[in-house]
Amino acid sequence: MNKVLDVKSVSKRFGGVQALDDVSIHLNEGEVLALAGDNGAGKSTLIKVVSGVYHPDDGNIIFNNENIQLDNPRFAREKGIETIYQDLALADNLNVGANIFLGREPMTTKFGVPIINREFMLSESKKVLKNLEINIPESSLEEPVGKLSGGQRQAVAIGRALYWNAKLLIMDEPTAALGVPEQRNVMDLIKKLKEQKVSIIFISHNLTDIFQASDRIVVLRRGIKAGERIISETNSDEVVKLMVQG
Amino acid sequence: MMNSKTLKLISNFWNWIFLIFILTFLEGWARIVYGSTFLLNPFVIQSVLLFTAAPLLIGIGQTFVIISGGIDLSVAFAMGLASVIFATVIKSLAPELGYIAVLIGFGATCLVMLIPGFINGTLISRLNVPPFIGTLGMYGVARGTGYLTADGMTVPVNNDFLFYLGTGKIFGIPIPVLVAIFFVIIAHYILTYTKFGQYTYALGGNRQAAIRSGINVKRHILLLYMLCAFCAGIAGMIYTARFSAGAPQAGEPLMLDAIAAVFIGGASFFGGSGKIIGTVIGALIIAVIQFGIVFIDIKPFWQFVVVGIVIIVAVIVDQSKNKLKGERTDE
Repeated sequence: MNKVLDVKSVSKRFGGVQALDDVSIHLNEGEVLALAGDNGAGKSTLIKVVSGVYHPDDGNIIFNNENIQLDNPRFAREKGIETIYQDLALADNLNVGANIFLGREPMTTKFGVPIINREFMLSESKKVLKNLEINIPESSLEEPVGKLSGGQRQAVAIGRALYWNAKLLIMDEPTAALGVPEQRNVMDLIKKLKEQKVSIIFISHNLTDIFQASDRIVVLRRGIKAGERIISETNSDEVVKLMVQG
Repeated sequence: MMNSKTLKLISNFWNWIFLIFILTFLEGWARIVYGSTFLLNPFVIQSVLLFTAAPLLIGIGQTFVIISGGIDLSVAFAMGLASVIFATVIKSLAPELGYIAVLIGFGATCLVMLIPGFINGTLISRLNVPPFIGTLGMYGVARGTGYLTADGMTVPVNNDFLFYLGTGKIFGIPIPVLVAIFFVIIAHYILTYTKFGQYTYALGGNRQAAIRSGINVKRHILLLYMLCAFCAGIAGMIYTARFSAGAPQAGEPLMLDAIAAVFIGGASFFGGSGKIIGTVIGALIIAVIQFGIVFIDIKPFWQFVVVGIVIIVAVIVDQSKNKLKGERTDE
């Protein structure tokens, strides 16, 4: 199988806290890797290193057989790494289209003057939400996303990551803000993306979701890798033990 | 009880309504007390527009900064500094250079004005100094530099072209007003139709979201404060042209007027919202109040009281907007 991502011996320190200590993970094409661990285990730090928000103090990242230096999130996105953040990272004062295209606005010209193509942004956001089978009333699409419900906002964050045809999709607690039917939608979505050969890193507290959706699991504990298992060869008792022991 | 749609309209357009209200009041006063007219008097219109030009120009830059979630307190003295530098450069050049001296002065002032903006922007974006403190420091530095350059005096200039720019009219409209209109159009375009404007809103809405979507936030903040200083520089040069003199204290009374114009125009103190057209309305309201108080012949000090009250009302309206629109709010 094709190795898409290879994170080698990454360390990250914040002041006196060793958030990540010599952690290595890898990810194959079309594979879903679950990242589990207690609060403060380093899951979010690890994915922020991969998405270019944090720069590791040590270690390197190989993406598509290329050693890459992710100096900022833009660079990661250009390489095809999209992230759905736990806090969603939406600009609440902008509408759905503006959020999906934030940082990559399509341009057009009017009377020879370049302007942002808001119509295109609106029609594309309709499409991507429709593909996701997410229902946001048309009248709300042009409202600031701060006015949407938690589930709708989550949907916008997911839509934004998917619109750009990511090769690697990082999902940090993607179901946390969702109701039960929407959670199921997201789990179905992960399966669909997997069929399309998208590689996914999936962070969750919910072991049921992890066992349902992922192929492999890496457990972090206080910044170190506590263990790695193939999902079909482990069970939740073992995973919980990895998370809390030591 | 009014329905929520009406309330929403009122809360969004209260500043327009208020402007129309004071204009109507002044027109009524003119007709009843003086038996003349306020609105149809070209002198009145011109005076109000001239009153508006400088605070509006400062307010344009301030609108960008406030939307991004910052504030720039240094603009008033940046304006004074620009006024002095513009005057000094023109004065130092041979008078027979005429309009060329003015152009050189313009270029030199523009270049110099990028410095306070660059320092403000660097302090705020790279060194994480809170905007309020960083620009307050620059307020002092620009003020001192202005007085030092002018040697504590005003700098008179004698240049016909400059005099024309400050006092001339095209199609009956004073040139300073035309300059302000030009910058209003450019600023509206940048804020509404370009990525730069979009990133300014995103930055004010959620800085983390802006960073994570790949926007170069540090560079953007730097550019915002440079833009703000540049706008203040234009206001300062207009001052020099209007009075044929550079004065370090040129912008002193305008600092609060310009910030007030932005908030009266509907921008949120917390960033993320605001419009150039709002700032235009805000600046007009302030100018009409200031001129109107002289017009109805009460003590001019009332203008401070009235403008102060209007600022407070503006913030209250902004705060209660969500409630009026029937949205979720935490008590």
